[in-house]
Amino acid sequence: MMLMLRRTFLAFGLAAALVGSAGAQDRSIVVASTTSTQDSGLFDHILPQFKAKTGIDVRVVAQGTGQALDTGRRGDADVVFVHARPQEEKFVADGDGVARRDVMYNDFVLVGPKSDPAGIAGTRDIVAALKAIQAKGAPFVSRGDRSGTHAAELALWKAAGVDLAAAEGPWYREIGQGMGAALNSAGATGAYTLSDRGTWISFKTKTDLAIAVQGDDRLRNPYGVILVNPQKHPHVKAADGQAFIDWLLSPEGQAAIAAYKIDGEQLFFPNARPAAGG
Amino acid sequence: MDDALAAWTLLASGDPALWQIVWLSIGVSGAAVGLAALFGLPIGAALALTRFPGRDLVVVLVNAAMGLPPVVVGLVVFLLLSRSGPLGRFGLLFTPQAMVIAQTILVTPIIAALARQTVEDLWRAYRDELTALQVGPVRRVATLLWDARFSLATVLLARFGRAAAEVGAVMIAGGNIAGYTRVMTTAIALETSKGDLPLAVGLGAVLIALVGLANGAAWGVLRWAEARYG
Repeated sequence: MMLMLRRTFLAFGLAAALVGSAGAQDRSIVVASTTSTQDSGLFDHILPQFKAKTGIDVRVVAQGTGQALDTGRRGDADVVFVHARPQEEKFVADGDGVARRDVMYNDFVLVGPKSDPAGIAGTRDIVAALKAIQAKGAPFVSRGDRSGTHAAELALWKAAGVDLAAAEGPWYREIGQGMGAALNSAGATGAYTLSDRGTWISFKTKTDLAIAVQGDDRLRNPYGVILVNPQKHPHVKAADGQAFIDWLLSPEGQAAIAAYKIDGEQLFFPNARPAAGG
Repeated sequence: MDDALAAWTLLASGDPALWQIVWLSIGVSGAAVGLAALFGLPIGAALALTRFPGRDLVVVLVNAAMGLPPVVVGLVVFLLLSRSGPLGRFGLLFTPQAMVIAQTILVTPIIAALARQTVEDLWRAYRDELTALQVGPVRRVATLLWDARFSLATVLLARFGRAAAEVGAVMIAGGNIAGYTRVMTTAIALETSKGDLPLAVGLGAVLIALVGLANGAAWGVLRWAEARYG
């Protein structure tokens, strides 16, 4: 009995040491970001360059923009890197973040089945396209997860004058999941959906989907980066978090973002402005 | 199917990122089952051998806790460990330790409930002997647990398999951070959401094989020990 106990303890010790050693890195920050940046593969491309330069390990928790801002608000991340400007500005105004800085943008595309039941393929006016989808009752998959893409989609419906609460029906499907899941769902059910271009390009199982509408100015998708307020959450690694933000905004970081391509297509366009007074 | 094979190719070529994911899965679930055994086995045996008012209620509660939804456990652990939560000052959220805590909570009631059942059955068989020999309560628990060690070991192995296959709790508590808290199941969920279904399927096959392998190896050791030590 004692022998078994001793062996068992030994096994736990080993397991605990194994788990512990996985966490034994010196400098690290937690960045709450969005599924679109992670699913597109951007972080796998730029983070090794930042680590090589500074030795700081960036741990990315990929969530919807709303959840990522919540994570920052609770103090569970050092930096948030998201795309929903009104929510970001509120985050800073509430004192949860220090300042919002532009990093880059990409754009949204409306993708849908190649059979194009709403008859909108190749048009540029996103508002007219959404009106047509609703009028024809063509199926539409919504992220429904308070993500930046979801927020952008809701703003576009509003611009189209479609009251979703009133127009509710089986044609409009909220799935409450990430971008990839929405594309999977749209592909499987012959529905339209709004996607950021980055996820769309890197998405592997396009099945029967194709871009229906793109190029409208209203489809621009800006990304901002914010340091979580260390005055509100004293444990925030402000120096290392700021180092990450500074690097993203530096010519080097901006070049790294611009250099990320899939199949020769650039996914994100850097647009940081020099700091106004640091 | 090339991508489905890609997971195996990466594994065979010793790809450090993939192996790290595999080892973390084994480490987290192994530690969780170990801790759960430490709490669950004595609790189960004690429940089997004692009679006190309200015992039936405790038994029902432990049995009911077997059905705890992993996502809810993950959420509770998240709220507890969050910087804004009661245990926030330890900074454990989004770490492997948080994942171990979540899985330990999931697995402990199951081990306790099954241990109680096993020991209770044995107790019926040995009651007269142990009573006649005037064996004290602590020795009783130890003797019965030891006697049931092989069936209890099977319980632990089965729980290890379920823990390693669980995604809801580790996703919320660990955050699926690449190279840090990403385990097999959360990696599969991620590849699915990226639309890389073949790679997700390949990773799934690797996971199933690993759980099978771990069970098989441990089973072999037990059989050997049984044959040798009786």
